[in-house]
Amino acid sequence: MWLQTTWYVLYIAIISGYVILDGFDLGVGMISPFIAHNDHDRRILLNSIGPVWDGNEVWLVLGGGALFAAFPLVYASLFSGFYLAMMLVLLVLIMRTVAIEFRSKRPEAWWRSLWDWTFTISSFGITILLGVALGNVIRGISLDQQGNMNVNLLDLLNPYSITLGLVAVAMLCLHGAIFLTQKAEGALLQRVKNLIPKLLIAFFVLMTVLIVWTLLRSEQFTQNFKDRPWTVVFPVLAFVAIVSAWRFVRRGAYLSAFLASATMIALLLGAVACGMYPAMLHSTTNSAYDLTVQNASAAKETLTVMFVIALIGMPFVLLYTAGVYYFFRGKVELDEESY
Amino acid sequence: MSVELLHRIQFALTVTFHFIFPPLSLGVGLILIIFGIRAVRTKDPKWRQLSTFWVKIYGLIFAMGIATGIVQEFEFGTNWSQYSRFVGNIFGSLLAAEGIFAFMLEGGFLGLMLFGGTRLGNRMWLFATTMVVTGATFSATWIVMANSWMQTPQGFEIRDVGQGPQAFMTSFQDVVFTPSFIPRILHVIAACWMVGSSLVLSVGAYYLLKKRHVELAKTMIRVALPVFTVVALLQVAVFGANQATEVATNQPAKLAAMEGLYQTESCAPMFLLGWTNPDEEKTTGIHIPCLLSFLTDKSFDGTVTGLEATPREDWPNTNLVFQVYHIMINLGMLFIAIGLVACGFWVWKRKIWNQRWLLWILVSSVVLTEIATATGWWTAEFSRQPWIVWQVLKTTDAYSPNVSFGQVVFSIAMFIILYIIVFVVFIRLLDRRIKEGPPPPVDEGDTASLPDSFGEIFRRRSRVSSGGD
Ligand code: HDD
Ligand code: HEM
Ligand code: HEM
Repeated sequence: MWLQTTWYVLYIAIISGYVILDGFDLGVGMISPFIAHNDHDRRILLNSIGPVWDGNEVWLVLGGGALFAAFPLVYASLFSGFYLAMMLVLLVLIMRTVAIEFRSKRPEAWWRSLWDWTFTISSFGITILLGVALGNVIRGISLDQQGNMNVNLLDLLNPYSITLGLVAVAMLCLHGAIFLTQKAEGALLQRVKNLIPKLLIAFFVLMTVLIVWTLLRSEQFTQNFKDRPWTVVFPVLAFVAIVSAWRFVRRGAYLSAFLASATMIALLLGAVACGMYPAMLHSTTNSAYDLTVQNASAAKETLTVMFVIALIGMPFVLLYTAGVYYFFRGKVELDEESY
Repeated sequence: MSVELLHRIQFALTVTFHFIFPPLSLGVGLILIIFGIRAVRTKDPKWRQLSTFWVKIYGLIFAMGIATGIVQEFEFGTNWSQYSRFVGNIFGSLLAAEGIFAFMLEGGFLGLMLFGGTRLGNRMWLFATTMVVTGATFSATWIVMANSWMQTPQGFEIRDVGQGPQAFMTSFQDVVFTPSFIPRILHVIAACWMVGSSLVLSVGAYYLLKKRHVELAKTMIRVALPVFTVVALLQVAVFGANQATEVATNQPAKLAAMEGLYQTESCAPMFLLGWTNPDEEKTTGIHIPCLLSFLTDKSFDGTVTGLEATPREDWPNTNLVFQVYHIMINLGMLFIAIGLVACGFWVWKRKIWNQRWLLWILVSSVVLTEIATATGWWTAEFSRQPWIVWQVLKTTDAYSPNVSFGQVVFSIAMFIILYIIVFVVFIRLLDRRIKEGPPPPVDEGDTASLPDSFGEIFRRRSRVSSGGD
């Protein structure tokens, strides 16, 4: 049914929106100890994401809601099956939110460095946890007939998924650094620019390992790419995008660089989606228990209502997201209202 | 202790903690809109000074709302997976709509609101604030809609398409406008406004007691007190009464538990205080004869259905429901008294400014309104038991079967520790902010130069434009 596939595509689009937008502020959080030398630098970094991080995080909330509504069975199996991991995600999400808000409320050095570290560690935590979760989804999990599974934390930490977690870290650090070129100035900008090639290399190496590994271990992926050879454009274009991002940085076209990096992220997630389709959660117990786009979706009435809601709501969302980014464009300036 | 109970405890704990903050955001937001309108109208710099001060507090509260809200959204899947499978078709769409229509609006404009004090003129700042508060109100509307569907479900049918029974939507309109939705949302929004205005009252009264920022403090009270008093009156006389009538009509078993009424009777009494014993089926305490009949039926000898009409195993914890319900009701009456007395002292030659005992009561008012709101939710939720979706799905059939006892114990412990730490820091920062007091007044010339229309905002060049784009 086309509605189900449409919702699958929309769902991937929302997830991409999340990874692109919250991705750069997670990236900024992760690299900040490596490039910030003093309180002023740290405030520049924090305020580069200050007015937008909340709106960015809402994409995660939206992703949860959309999954719940469009694919309730996947939502239920995934969230309950990864129970402890999800609780840790909540823990780091909460810590990160309060760290941003609490940090600048007091001037003492120990206070600020406490929340700076909380901010950095929780940014790492979110990225790794979500990356590892995606790794396990690609790998397949032990779903039973009722769609239940219970994997404990240690099962989740298998080498493949950890590799994906590391790829996520490298990718978002890179994305965050590219974002920062638009916001930072002077010596700080120079340090960001020096960091980018190193991150690029790390990302390339890890990504290559991951791609080879995925193709070796997942029959579904290889089969899907054989059946639909055109989908190879996703990874290829992603490669082109990230190479051009680097060239834009060197030419000082920072906005274009950021857009290229964002495009790369969307394309990579697109590639994963094509590789998985139609499975959303692959069962290692018995492939008859797979939760797919067809058997796990909500009914037609709900999907239609939701589609109308999305059609009405999304243009507004995009409009004011764009408006806010436009308003706060350019280099960061600090004043008494900043974090 | 059963795993089911642990899941319930965790949900109750996290949602109650979350609900400390949304009412503050909604209510303080309303007051901020009033300040903003005054700033635009009068050009008196004190309004902008007040806005700057309260926006900072708002930011802190809002961050707490965000941090704790995400937990709720995850928990439907993590802790109530059977429930999520059952209601995903209906409940999920309301939650997703909340995300698109409400949270995006809040999230989008929040940055403009929080950082607007040095970047936006009065009108544009008011606009940003209004958008955020509208978003928060939408969000309340959608989530309360979802909750109301659990209380009075309709517009669905149950089908089994392979993975066990599921509720499928037959009419979106019926799902949205369930019988309890309109009374509940009015009651909840009014509660939020009371909580927000009482925070402003407490801060104002505190400054007066400490003789600091006296003029601004008086202005805060002048704005917040009428809001508080009017809403308190409406809450008891209109919205609360309406809510009770709604419950009597749609969920008579719940009302019977709230009032400890076992036998179906006419001229049923309403209790002010009391104790109810479900084993002896007896309720004792201070009561007003026939008032319950009057409230639910508009006639003193109307018949009110007792718990005897409900099978014993479907009773909620009667005494618990009875007690929390009466805490809310009595606080509701107390708020009217506080509001009227304070207004009286104000009208009477402005004597309120040096009634220290009254100011101390106002300082405590925010705690009381928070308690009333929490106990209100507890009433609604405890009395729904053992049903998670009223007379459709039992709570026993709703929790995640694959999550172990130990895992829930771990997560509850995690939340308790985390919330205590976060809450203590929050309170200390709030306290500090309040003690620091409002910033010095801004020079009118400074604000006049800020962009104050859409056109000016878009013409504004980024002030530093190095870089290549
Ligand atoms: C009457 C109002 C109300 C009620 C009953 C609830 N909330 Fe809430 N929620 C809000 C009113 C609100 C708000 C006012 O809109 C908040 C508080 C501060 C904020 O940022 O938005 C919010 C924040 C908030 C967020 C963070 C949004 C963001 O990142 O901006 C989420 C995901 C939820 N809530 C979800 C829930 C769920 C799943 C609930 C049900 C159990 C719930 N809330 C009860
Ligand atoms: C004295 C007058 C009041 C009456 C008669 C009243 C009545 C009710 C009733 C019957 C319910 C339960 C609804 C259900 O079970 O579905 C309820 C819930 C609630 N009450 Fe009150 N109430 C009053 C005052 C207040 C006050 C002063 C506040 C807060 C400031 C408040 C906040 C709430 C909240 C937040 C809920 C839960 C949401 C809901 O179900 O509506 N109430 N109220
Ligand atoms: C923010 C205000 C709310 C408060 C304070 C509140 C309070 C509670 C409490 C105390 C319980 C435990 C009941 C029990 O164990 O007997 C509960 C359960 C529950 N509530 Fe609410 N609730 C609120 C809003 C909501 C909303 C808006 C929804 C749905 C959209 C919701 C859905 C649930 C669910 C799914 C459960 C678990 C099942 C159960 O134990 O009944 N709640 N809530």
